[in-house]
This record gives sequence, C-alpha cells and structure tokens, in this order.
Amino acid sequence: MTAESSASPGGFEMAPGAAMFRSVDALSSLAAPVPPKAPGRGLHRFANPGRFLRLAGALQPWLTAGGLILTAAGLVWGLVFAPADWQQGDAVRIMYVHVPAAWLASAGYLALAVCSVLSLVWRHPLADLAAAEIGPVGAAFTGICLATGSLWGKPMWGAWWVWDARLTSVLVLFFLYLGHIALIRAFDDPTRGYRAGAILALVGVVNLPIIKFSVDWWNTLHQPATISLTGAPSMYLGMLWPLALTALGYTLVFAALVTARTRAAVMERRIRALLMAAAAREDGAVQVAA
Amino acid sequence: MTHLPYIVAAYALAVLVPAAYGLAAMRRLRLARSRLAALDPRPARREARR
Repeated sequence: MTAESSASPGGFEMAPGAAMFRSVDALSSLAAPVPPKAPGRGLHRFANPGRFLRLAGALQPWLTAGGLILTAAGLVWGLVFAPADWQQGDAVRIMYVHVPAAWLASAGYLALAVCSVLSLVWRHPLADLAAAEIGPVGAAFTGICLATGSLWGKPMWGAWWVWDARLTSVLVLFFLYLGHIALIRAFDDPTRGYRAGAILALVGVVNLPIIKFSVDWWNTLHQPATISLTGAPSMYLGMLWPLALTALGYTLVFAALVTARTRAAVMERRIRALLMAAAAREDGAVQVAA
Repeated sequence: MTHLPYIVAAYALAVLVPAAYGLAAMRRLRLARSRLAALDPRPARREARR
C-alpha cells in the first residue's frame, strides 16, 4: 500500500472503519481526488480538512500576535496620546473602539454572505463550518459596536438610544446574526441548518448598503462617514493613525477568532464521524454475534 | 479627562468581550485536539515525529 493510499485525503491517516467514516463525513467525501478539469477544483482544495488545519495552524499564531499587538498599540495611542476633540472632549476616544467594531460587524456579515454563496453554489463544506463560526464572533462585535455607541451617545446626545436610521439598521444586523446562529442549530440534520442559515445570510446582505448609506439617505443624529475609499479623510492624522491601527488589529483578532473556532469545528466534526464509525462497527459486531 | 466612566466602560467592553471569546476558542481547540488524539492517535503521533 502506498503512502498516498494509506492516508485519507484530509491528511489524516485512515482510522479502522474508514469506509463507514467516509460515508458519514462530508468533509472527507468532498476532499476525495477530483478530475483535473472539474469545476470548483481550486476552491475544494481547501475543503480538505488536513490541508485546512495545516494552513490555519500555521496562520493562527501570526494572526493572534499581530492582532493583539496592533490592537494594544492602537488602543493605548487612542486612549493616552491622541488629542481630545475640540467639541466632544475626551468622549471622542470611544471612537477608537466603536468604529473598528462597526466596520467588523459589517465586514463579518459580508464574510458570512461569501461563505453562504460558497456553500449554496459549490457545496463547500468548510464554508458551512466557517459561516457557523463567523456568526457568534460577528454578533459579539456588533454587540460591542451597539454598546460602545450607546456609551458614546449618552454624553453627546443625552440619550442611550435613539431610533436613528444608522442605529436601527445596525440593530437589525445584530438580530440577523442572532437569527443565523439560531437557525443553523434549529435542525436535527446539520446540512439543512446550514442551507437555511445560508439563505438567511444572503437575504440579510441587503441590510449592509442600508447601514452604509443610512446617514446619507435619511436625516440622522449619527454623523456621516469621515473616511472614504475615494476621498481624503476629513480627520486629523493624529486621530486617524490610532484608528487605523485599532481597525487593522481588530480585523486580525476577528480573523484569529474565526480561524481558531473553525479549526475546532473541523476537529469536532472528525470526532463525531469517528464516534459514529465506532458505534456502527459495534452494531455490526452485535448483529454478527446474534 | 472628561466622560471618564463612559470611556472606561467602552474600552473594557472592547477588550474583555474579544478576550473572553479568545479564551473560549483556545479551550475548545485544546479539548477537540485532545479528544481527537484519544480517538485516533495516529495523526497526533505523526505530528509528534516531525
């Protein structure tokens, strides 16, 4: 037996009862060798759990260390060294946590939608697992955005909450995250849960441009964007740098969290498959003995 | 510093929530790795040989 044939496509060596294992684990079956010209071959290279675990394991320390260092540097710079605003005073320092959390709330949902497309169109099994793990992390960052916005709004607007278009659309985003988390866990068959969650995620994408343009389309208490991709930022550079550092650091932290959770989910799926294979073997042995 | 309680609360939330998620993810990853190694020790052994 060659080394190629003794190892599973996922980079794991075959356990006893591997045939049963293949039948119950979608990851392994999709990771099987495909014809060279099969559509989606490039994407399905990353459906291979062993390859994913190796790649993610190598990336994880860099994401974590980079995220922690950049976030810490940005937060200390914003809290201690950045100037106070002439109008808002020191309350403007909440911006260094609120704005990156808001960006990641939207970016996380966009990542969820991309995973949903990969799942619905190409049946990519890792996309299902990644979407299931992005949901709780995205919900946490949306929660941080809402809470820090409330903490910023109280001293500036005199109210913890107003039914402003921007605030309301972000609250809807939070509920979409919660709905996605609940929906994918609502079915006995996980595949059906992933499909339902993917559809919800795609329907909810319509909320992202509403969040982005809510401050332009409606009269809102929330200020319009001060940073755009096309124009120069209307913000003092001494404030922009710590904001950029925190945003980059938070992005890496988000990626590190999702990567770690997805690695754990891949291993947990493997554990379930091994346990089911072992249970099936035991059932077979009992029937033969009877 | 003006509005100090609001600023402290916002920074505490922004640090503690991701930290809690990070610790939970690490714990989950460690548990999954140890359970997988107990069920199918061959990949773990192969990694140890490297």
